[in-house]
Amino acid sequence: MKPRLIRDFHFPARPEELAFGVCTDAGVLTTANSGWRVFRPVLDASKCIRCLFCWVYCPDGVIGKEEKDLTIDYDYCKGCGVCAHECPKKAISMVKEGE
Amino acid sequence: MTIDSKFQFSDLSDQELLYGAKTCPGCAATIAVRLALKVLGERTFVCVPACCLAATTNAYPQVSFAVNYVVTAFPATASTIAGMAAAAEMQGLEDVTILGIAGDGGTADIGLQALSGVCERNDNVIYLCYDNEAYMNTGIQRSSSTPWGAWTTTSPAGEGERGKTKYRKNLFDIIAAHRVPYCATASVAYPMDLMEKVAKAKAIKGARFIHVHAPCPTGWGYSSEKTIEYGKLAVESGLWYLAEYENGEMKLNLTPKTFKPAELYLKGQRRFRHMTEQDYKLIEENRDREWDLLKERVKA
Ligand SMILES: Cc1ncc(C[n+]2csc(CCOP(=O)(O)OP(=O)(O)O)c2C)c(N)n1
Ligand code: SF4
Ligand code: SF4
Ligand code: SF4
Ligand SMILES: [Mg+2]
Repeated sequence: MKPRLIRDFHFPARPEELAFGVCTDAGVLTTANSGWRVFRPVLDASKCIRCLFCWVYCPDGVIGKEEKDLTIDYDYCKGCGVCAHECPKKAISMVKEGE
Repeated sequence: MTIDSKFQFSDLSDQELLYGAKTCPGCAATIAVRLALKVLGERTFVCVPACCLAATTNAYPQVSFAVNYVVTAFPATASTIAGMAAAAEMQGLEDVTILGIAGDGGTADIGLQALSGVCERNDNVIYLCYDNEAYMNTGIQRSSSTPWGAWTTTSPAGEGERGKTKYRKNLFDIIAAHRVPYCATASVAYPMDLMEKVAKAKAIKGARFIHVHAPCPTGWGYSSEKTIEYGKLAVESGLWYLAEYENGEMKLNLTPKTFKPAELYLKGQRRFRHMTEQDYKLIEENRDREWDLLKERVKA
């Protein structure tokens, strides 16, 4: 399991809702990184041999290996292209966002 | 030139303890930290000083570390983790790992004195330095770990100027000279080797240091998908090395039979764009001198 974006996050409305001091919870994700992406990695599972190089090298750790086919968390993929560049089977292609 | 591996990627957890950070696309520092945390696990207390990692992991209200995590002052990583280790001991917390993570500036420059103290006292901590070879968070200034000839905003290249005029400091040697129980260099391009070193460090008590080469698309000037490619080229051309110091002995984990030409590593990066054939030659000569020294120490 990866951490997940909290989709219904809202800022504290009143001072009483603020956490005291300088501490907050760990692992709180309130904003996505998907808007950074120019190209989106798209997996062709039929070419994948599960070497997991993409999984280990993905800087942001957004590739998941718990399902039958690898998954990509598009909320946090930044479209860097490392996965596609390192895939020995060319199973990942970078597709322009919006196409 | 293969590296012995004990575990496989498929054995590793899918859980991420660093996630959603605002680091640049293709950032190797992010890879180094997320893989290290995979090995160390949830019971890790992290301390990070001012650097790219601190600036990108807690843009309020977002917190990208899913472990206990404190940000400290730029020079204070080592002193902060020394205090955290003492506090953990006082509280009888035996299953925790205290981990400091800092950049090259925060480690080789301003944080060196505190780090030397931790090593001399043999405090029970792991210190991981991710080396992107400059002060990146503040806009690419040279550090003592910036390689010779590299352009930065404070080591300009242009009319009459040729980038950094000094060779980099050898942090591995400096830490090994403290006779710590464990010290290693690693690279994000060799993740198995990196994770094995973190696992080894975890199992040892006392001051442990890991120096990770971490290519930086933004500061080095290359496109983001090439992070691993440049990490590998640095090692294959002999401009970075994978080594360990343990029980008073030094070991090389990978010795290329022949080095790839330095030019292959240098020419695609904007920070080395001004370089000439003569510069490549000087870099290779220095590399060969360094490797002669390394090999002598491994034999002895
Ligand atoms: C005492 C002090 N001086 C300067 C700074 C400004 N500062 C913040 S991060 C940074 C550079 C950090 O460089 P490095 O440690 O290599 O980490 P990177 O940003 O490259 O990840 C500087 C100079 C500071 N925060 N505190
Ligand atoms: S690198 Fe390519 S072949 Fe290997 S697991 Fe990833 S997609 Fe599959
Ligand atoms: S494009 Fe980059 S962030 Fe997205 S899945 Fe590939 S390696 Fe990960
Ligand atoms: S400047 Fe470099 S080290 Fe810093 S976040 Fe960007 S890629 Fe990572
Ligand atoms: Mg740096």
